[in-house]
Amino acid sequence: MANMVNITINGKAISVEEGKTIIQAAKENNIYIPSLCYLEGIHQYGGCRMCMVEVEGARTLMASCMVKVKEGMVIHTNSARARHARKVMCELILSNHPQDCLSCPRSGSCELQDLAKTLGITEARFKGEKSVDILDITPAITRDTSKCVLCRRCVSVCNMIQHVGVLNPQNRGFKTVIGPAMDLSMKDVDCSYCGQCVTVCPVNALQETDAIQPVWKAINDPNKRVVVQVAPAVRVGIGQEFGLPVGKATTGKLATALKELLFDDIFDTNFAADLTIMEEGTEFLTRAKAALTGGNAVLPMITSCSPGWIKFVEHTFPEELDHLSTCKSPHMMEGALIKSYYAEKLGIDPKDIFVVSVMPCTAKKFEITRPEMVNNGVPNVDAVLTVRELARMIREAGIDFANLPESDFDAPMGLSSGAADIFGVTGGVMEAALRTVYELVTGRELPFDKLHVAPIVGLEQIKVAELTFENVLPAYKFLEGFTAKVAVTSGLEGARKLMEQVAKGEGGYHFIEVMGCPGGCIAGGGQPRMTDKKVKELRMAGIYEEDEGKKLRKSHENKDIQALYSQYLLEPLGHKSHELLHTTYTKRGEFNEYLHTEQAE
Amino acid sequence: MSEETKKAPVREVYDEAEEERQKMAAIAEVIDTYKDQPGSLIKVLHAAQNIYGYLPLSLQKVIAEGMNMPLSMISGVVSFYAFFSTTPKADNTIKVCMGTACYVRGGQKIMDRLQEILGIKPGELTEDRKFSIEVTRCLGACGLAPVIMINDDVHQQVNPDKLEKLLAKY
Ligand code: SF4
Ligand code: SF4
Ligand code: SF4
Ligand code: FES
Ligand code: FES
Repeated sequence: MANMVNITINGKAISVEEGKTIIQAAKENNIYIPSLCYLEGIHQYGGCRMCMVEVEGARTLMASCMVKVKEGMVIHTNSARARHARKVMCELILSNHPQDCLSCPRSGSCELQDLAKTLGITEARFKGEKSVDILDITPAITRDTSKCVLCRRCVSVCNMIQHVGVLNPQNRGFKTVIGPAMDLSMKDVDCSYCGQCVTVCPVNALQETDAIQPVWKAINDPNKRVVVQVAPAVRVGIGQEFGLPVGKATTGKLATALKELLFDDIFDTNFAADLTIMEEGTEFLTRAKAALTGGNAVLPMITSCSPGWIKFVEHTFPEELDHLSTCKSPHMMEGALIKSYYAEKLGIDPKDIFVVSVMPCTAKKFEITRPEMVNNGVPNVDAVLTVRELARMIREAGIDFANLPESDFDAPMGLSSGAADIFGVTGGVMEAALRTVYELVTGRELPFDKLHVAPIVGLEQIKVAELTFENVLPAYKFLEGFTAKVAVTSGLEGARKLMEQVAKGEGGYHFIEVMGCPGGCIAGGGQPRMTDKKVKELRMAGIYEEDEGKKLRKSHENKDIQALYSQYLLEPLGHKSHELLHTTYTKRGEFNEYLHTEQAE
Repeated sequence: MSEETKKAPVREVYDEAEEERQKMAAIAEVIDTYKDQPGSLIKVLHAAQNIYGYLPLSLQKVIAEGMNMPLSMISGVVSFYAFFSTTPKADNTIKVCMGTACYVRGGQKIMDRLQEILGIKPGELTEDRKFSIEVTRCLGACGLAPVIMINDDVHQQVNPDKLEKLLAKY
């Protein structure tokens, strides 16, 4: 049992664990203290002073997010003095803020706006000079420093959690901006576009780069066939935007909402996740066979479905790109097939098809601009919407999401197995791959309770498991007795740790799954912002519930995938697959020194 | 063509490259000494600026790599402290007072004449890096306006026609 401390907040006697801050103690006891820069478990900086409270015996007001409780402390969160001080702090921030809420995408979900409302600010008393105003638009993220409140949450996330270090305070005093070195654009540095900074920004200073306008335009164009697909993790994210229980899958409502938005075909990226397993599983077996039979093969093979991770590794470990699976990410595969396989079925020119991917991700907005993501002269995917953007469109269209009836995705790219659902959570791609690979090789089901590979389930940073193949089918003789060592990580700090091992030839891994965001796509840069730590756990539970609720649990049993192979692709890693479903990578380097210099200026 | 004229320009280029190499080697040594000492970045930046004269982006990248720190963190520190500079510093900095008194008594004329003589604008430096011009607010010597400062020397009641002579002293 932890030591308990007795304190009084607003006259209420409270006993809390030693080591907690005042704001934590208050929250646990349902006492609200305003705050702006503080973000539990991520950022504790004490910069905004919005959380000031009065502590008896102390001369000055105290920042409750910084000060730990002490035995006998008597705290007033609501005294006139504390309220006045907080209000003035907020007014000062507002005096250096554009205050154009009416035309701001954050309006309604903005922490500063909420704060001003809570603190009872009704007029702009202070008029101040406005500080530095930089608008930095990249394919994935838009940075508008005029809205920045200098809370530095993004700095903590980018440096301390992702360990990339793109964003840091530059200059000093009134000229301070949060950004890359020497006024460089985020597109000219080693930003992964993971968007973790976007998910913590309390205001509209960091936001996804808009795709809503081009999508509306395509929908309104009578000559376009507009096809939408949604990633696995979207179904456990979007409900929260409409007041539904956090983490609960709303797959059926989502499909209905997309129909009501007048998309022509409602497909599921899950379909391509199943396909990815077929391609990636085969690629792994091919590499393993080569390695075990004295041939040349680069192992460990590392998953490639997270474009934030891909950009990171291209910058940080440009010499190790041969480890990456050549599989495109699932939505790119699906896009490529929509504009070939499906276009042929419909008898439509691929140029008249507009593919929209709804993703929990900002990096995928950049991914679709990569020159290699083009087949037959048309891009695989035309626009990527984040979950937040889709929610905005649903609201704009006046759709009452919470009360929608359920419906299904469309054939032939809407059916999926539970293995596809778990792509949305760390450990999921590996588990899905093992479900299929183990069964292909041995003819038996993966020997784990409910098919969950327990050691790689959960939110820990690096997870490792071993799996031995015994009594294999004759075609896989080379694997008899082979123990595959797999590792799973999410978040770029863990990715860096594993890659340092891989670069040195250490670890002894054969197969590694990496997702760029800590926790995987359930916590992606395009998801509704997480109000507290529990959100991740709830979304993870939602994903596993989807998986377990399906009869179809393994990718290779998906009938529509089987049809795709028999009618069109013929075999995994075959000629057509290579052309449509696989890709190459680009050496970038920490300072983009491997790229051609024409972009650098 | 004589041997001499053929070689001369080549040698000059060689020297410049050699000088750059020596500076970079010295900086690499500094980085090597400090890279495992926490909190030593400022020392490294100081030393690098002393060796190189200023801290351009290319040099900040070298330091970032050597110290194993993000570039944005290096540039954050460089831009925080006024004594670090990302542009080359002139040997002599001329500050022209544009405070009210100096302005009224011919500050602008001095500024115009300086720009004419040196061929640069405020904030720039001459090609030989000998002079740069800056504008400053009141220097507190209004009684003897117009005033300019060259490095630490205050020159009062400056006559624009005598500027050339004054500069020749530096
Ligand atoms: S960031 Fe928030 S406070 Fe600022 S303009 Fe947008 S909605 Fe308003
Ligand atoms: S997108 Fe990721 S890598 Fe880029 S600045 Fe934000 S947190 Fe850092
Ligand atoms: S960009 Fe956003 S998260 Fe970063 S300091 Fe500014 S307001 Fe805070
Ligand atoms: S929330 Fe406590 S100082 Fe910002
Ligand atoms: S105005 Fe020039 S010294 Fe005061």
